Amino acid sequence: MCTICGCGQGETKIEGDAHTHEHPHSHEHTHADGTTHSHAHPHDHDHTHEHAHGLHYGLGPAHAHAPGLSQARMVQIEQDILGQNSRYANANRQRFAEQGQFAINLVSSPGSGKTTLLVETIRRLGTSVPLVVIEGDQQTSCDADRIRATGAQALQVNTGKGCHLDAHMIGHALEKLTLADDSLVLIENVGNLVCPAAFDLGEAHKVVILSVTEGEDKPLKYPDMFHAADLMILNKIDLLPHLNFDVPKCIEYARRVNPKLEVMLLSATHGEGMDTWLTWLKNGVTASRETRKNSIAALTRRVAEMETQLATQ
Amino acid sequence: MHEMSLAEGVLQIVENTARAQGLQRVTELRLEIGKLSSVEPDALRFCLEVVLKGSLADAAQVEFIEVPGQGWCMQCASDIPVEALFDPCPRCGSYQIEITAGREMRIKDLLAE
Repeated sequence: MCTICGCGQGETKIEGDAHTHEHPHSHEHTHADGTTHSHAHPHDHDHTHEHAHGLHYGLGPAHAHAPGLSQARMVQIEQDILGQNSRYANANRQRFAEQGQFAINLVSSPGSGKTTLLVETIRRLGTSVPLVVIEGDQQTSCDADRIRATGAQALQVNTGKGCHLDAHMIGHALEKLTLADDSLVLIENVGNLVCPAAFDLGEAHKVVILSVTEGEDKPLKYPDMFHAADLMILNKIDLLPHLNFDVPKCIEYARRVNPKLEVMLLSATHGEGMDTWLTWLKNGVTASRETRKNSIAALTRRVAEMETQLATQ
Repeated sequence: MHEMSLAEGVLQIVENTARAQGLQRVTELRLEIGKLSSVEPDALRFCLEVVLKGSLADAAQVEFIEVPGQGWCMQCASDIPVEALFDPCPRCGSYQIEITAGREMRIKDLLAE
């Protein structure tokens, strides 16, 4: 019996029937002037396809290229290439949810002011919210050092040649950090407006930071990132008087790519817009904390119900 | 070059499948890559050549199946083709579009011995 599709007796000629992928055959042509030619055409096929030879090979064609050779098997996979990353990301997400933590993934091109924004955010939040920072860079611990100088807990992840953080790295970082329940987890991704878009880290939101020194057409040039983000922070707005940066145009471009994108105008060094940003963060922290409390309340209720059931049995 | 990570992801899935199904050698791989995914097929092909070298899928023929972009226009409530993430609806010009297909990055199947 055929091991590929399970077809039975009488159709076991598959091997013997196997064909090479060269099909020389001849054609006869009659031209307009009445002359008749015969051509031999060897066709080379370098692609796989199903041949109808009275047998239905289904999705597992017998690809033996010559009699006597072992048959190839077509194996259905149907798996996401990033499936493994998604599994790690979901584990991180579950961990954040269980501990009521609000995690955000800050993405941008290098030099948009992510670290300065973080330092200023930490300084202004003070001790009102417990927080940790995970810093992603190819090399050096410069950024983590800057964060640690504020007194906050920070961990540097060096990706080496890697151009983005992935969920597996974040999982390991979380093991190394001491995270209090209901913390704010700030992940600063590698400065790169392309690759980090594809990698879910388990965060609640991707926040894309675009500085006004970069040009308003960035959302169209790098649409994947603006499509993946939930919030865009337009940073360094204190420099606007010195630049030809069209703010409404930039926002319009960004919303073409992502109509649901929230936008904030901000200057981390001068302080404009910082209050709106801090309120947004605090709302997220509160929402995560509430969700954890609600799930604990639901679990407690369920346990009580089960105990009652046991007692009455 | 996140295509390198994707290529490593492909190898991992291929190796896991080979282990589970007792495959000796993989000769062909078919990947479904959406037109709106963040993958450049040529870059991925190059990375796969490097990553698959010396593995059980060394020199495997890689075929890309491009999945066209599709969306749902919330303004005119219709299914529309989407060429790029920033394109307006070809029917009504709105940008209120929910992408419904074309972001795939999947291994469809493989041919093995």
